[in-house]
Amino acid sequence: MRRFAALYTALDETTSTLAKTGAMTAYLREAPPADAAWALSFLSGRRPKRLIRTALLQRWAREAAGIPEWLFDESYQQVGDLAETISLLVPDHGTSRDESLDWWVRERILALRDMDEARQREAVEATWRELGGRERFVFLKLITGAFRVGVSEQLVIRAVAAVSELPEEVVAHRLMGGWEPSAEFYEQLVARDTRDADRSRPYPFYLAYPLEQEPDALGTPLEWQAEWKWDGIRAQVVRRGGSVFVWSRGDELMAGRFPEVEESARLLPEGTVIDGELMPWRDESALPFALLQRRIGRKAVTRKILTEVPVVLVAYDLLEFGGDDVRGRPLEERRTLLTSLIRALPASSAFRLSPVVSFESWSELVLAREGSRDRAAEGLMLKRISSPYGTGRRRGDWWKWKVDPYSADAVLIYAQPGHGRRAGLFTDYTFGVWDGEQLVPFAKAYSGLTDEEIREVDAFVRRHTIDKHGPVRVVEPLLVFEIAFEGLQRSSRHRSGVAVRFPRMARWRRDKVAADADSLETILTLLGAAERGRNA
Amino acid sequence: MLTLTDRGLYCAAGGFHVDPWGPVARAVVTHAHGDHLVWGCGVYLTSNQGRAIASHRLGGVPVEGLDWGERRTIGDVTLSLHPAGHILGSSQVRLEHRGEVWVVSGDYKVAPDPTVTPFEPVRCHTFISESTFGLPVYQWPDERGVFADIHAWWRANQAEGRTSILYGYALGKAQRLLAGLDPATGPILTHGAVETMAELYRQAGVPLPATRPATTARQPDWERAMVIAPPSADASPWARRFGHAGTAMASGWMRVRGARRRRGFDRGFVLSDHADWPGLLEAIAATGASTVWVTHGFTGPLVRWLREQGLDAQAIATRFEGDVDEPVADEQATP
Repeated sequence: MRRFAALYTALDETTSTLAKTGAMTAYLREAPPADAAWALSFLSGRRPKRLIRTALLQRWAREAAGIPEWLFDESYQQVGDLAETISLLVPDHGTSRDESLDWWVRERILALRDMDEARQREAVEATWRELGGRERFVFLKLITGAFRVGVSEQLVIRAVAAVSELPEEVVAHRLMGGWEPSAEFYEQLVARDTRDADRSRPYPFYLAYPLEQEPDALGTPLEWQAEWKWDGIRAQVVRRGGSVFVWSRGDELMAGRFPEVEESARLLPEGTVIDGELMPWRDESALPFALLQRRIGRKAVTRKILTEVPVVLVAYDLLEFGGDDVRGRPLEERRTLLTSLIRALPASSAFRLSPVVSFESWSELVLAREGSRDRAAEGLMLKRISSPYGTGRRRGDWWKWKVDPYSADAVLIYAQPGHGRRAGLFTDYTFGVWDGEQLVPFAKAYSGLTDEEIREVDAFVRRHTIDKHGPVRVVEPLLVFEIAFEGLQRSSRHRSGVAVRFPRMARWRRDKVAADADSLETILTLLGAAERGRNA
Repeated sequence: MLTLTDRGLYCAAGGFHVDPWGPVARAVVTHAHGDHLVWGCGVYLTSNQGRAIASHRLGGVPVEGLDWGERRTIGDVTLSLHPAGHILGSSQVRLEHRGEVWVVSGDYKVAPDPTVTPFEPVRCHTFISESTFGLPVYQWPDERGVFADIHAWWRANQAEGRTSILYGYALGKAQRLLAGLDPATGPILTHGAVETMAELYRQAGVPLPATRPATTARQPDWERAMVIAPPSADASPWARRFGHAGTAMASGWMRVRGARRRRGFDRGFVLSDHADWPGLLEAIAATGASTVWVTHGFTGPLVRWLREQGLDAQAIATRFEGDVDEPVADEQATP
């Protein structure tokens, strides 16, 4: 645990990717295989679900620290992180029992799951006595399901590749899919024999970079293929060994969630892996994303929901064909093979070929892109015809070229303190638009401002608070921000009657006063246009 | 004894202010940090130990001094100064008038610091306490451990050929850092603002290791050097001369991870010249005061805690702050 906590601290304290990879490599070289497996599992975001009720944990911490609830709450507000607040408040004897990470995870962390409240309390209090400082903090992060660390999957892969002296692609492939952290797993992960047997395993997804220049910078249109950028769930369908596996990009096996897709996939030949987008779909056109959300996370898929929200896989790439990894072949070839596979399926199948948007000049494509929203697409994808299917996010061959977001000018009306590195600063804002003489809350946004602007807004909030509700400050409606967002839909749970997707602050409109902000009426006009588009 | 006016705490019986917020006729000053010492007062009185620093900060204006515990009668009030342990010469102000005793703490700490005279508990009826770190999450680790960490970080930087830049407030914190450094580890360089104050410390007899101005050092020295500088020098052209240096901040605020990360330094060392939560409670209890006024910091939580312990406590306004419930954004408070 000491070594793992030291690794966590090292990763937390640097922003240099070189230093991060170095810290991980050093850890992996020293740690016993079982510890290394747990560490990789946590670092790549497979954190355990919350194992203990935070209300209970807070009560035990208050009692251990001998402080009343209000003082705990004041402390929590200042620190902005529950695990950290508790680890700072509970008396620390400065010693840490030195057991392996594997021991702590099995005996003191996962074991909590099967304990009743009294035994959980004993176990947690024992751990507080045995672990101090950063070890205790990491333990609390793990049991509250809040363990996060700033390393990308790619960096983890790079570190394992460095330690095992294997190519990154092999490591990436072995780290995909569902695995149980164990010494055996880690030994297989770094094993020199690269014939992997696991038939369910997907390939790492290739990810596109946003296109930030004009498309003509990409050269001649002849070298590029354009497709719609679908707004659904990225998925990989693996058809091997007589079975079908549907994987999400979050490395989650979505078994049983999309039965219509799994059923159709059984008709594909053995040894096929297709990359595509799960989309709610009816009568050959996409349905709003909000409908798909009704299918996400639902384990029991009823006949009713299957009829109301049918889902298809819009297929756009082929990774394995006839049991061979074809990722190295050019897109053009993969597309031809993919087309023949999809065409061979019956018309009733839940597979669709992602249409290619034909264009001869970039200006033609610019026009086509304008129509994205009419198809429930977020814009276009540009893929180099000669490109292989890569690993992770690489610049150069795949670009996403989104349509400009919606935007509205809105007034800052509420603020509350942020968490983590923004703890103690007012960084979480609610914005209102005019409904007659009143500002109604319309969007919440946390991102988009520079650190300097955040400090300025923070100072504004402190000086212009007119009311407090718990941590929320009601502020004088004076500051106007341009809020950008990706989509909007009707919502009875929001006072404004609309919910927006991915809202963020595009810029601070210092040139505007509150009266210049948009009205709810304007927003509803956008909503009308969006709905007409989806149904078109 | 004392009332809060728009220029800060005023003692009508003695006709003077304590740490006034603007120009007044007579100012009794606890210490020379900018939020306690202002320009333009008629007469200044502070401790003999802090006199030179205060006078320097006022651009040479004469400042009267008192020895620790020396009594001075001003009007109807008997005044004496007692060590507060915050920085060199920082004082608590004890006021006695018709058998009633008040003490104004100024900023103080109870933790050990070789550069200052240790905090002296003074019995009183009313105690006016600071509360910069008035939340129980602020508890200081042992100073020896912190300096061991600083040296380990310094050596790790040396091994990679990088300069170590350690930021700390120019008056007080920087000298405490210097005193804790082992010159055998490598050269110690200072920023001008730090060196000026270090010289005043040396003149007052505080032993500090030999330092060199960072501006006179040359490249090969940098790579093994520890540079002590004020936080305002971070990311300035002055700091960029060292190239790819390791940076760290020494401050009580570094106790919280969010504050460490927000400042963007490689490391944060928890070292404060203020009392931590247990220190505040210990110091307040030691005065035996039944009335406590709380200022400068987390006044709200400390007041509520003291009231729940049966004391008559209240928050009083602090200079620069409109809203006494809130700490000022942490970067502005002297750490």
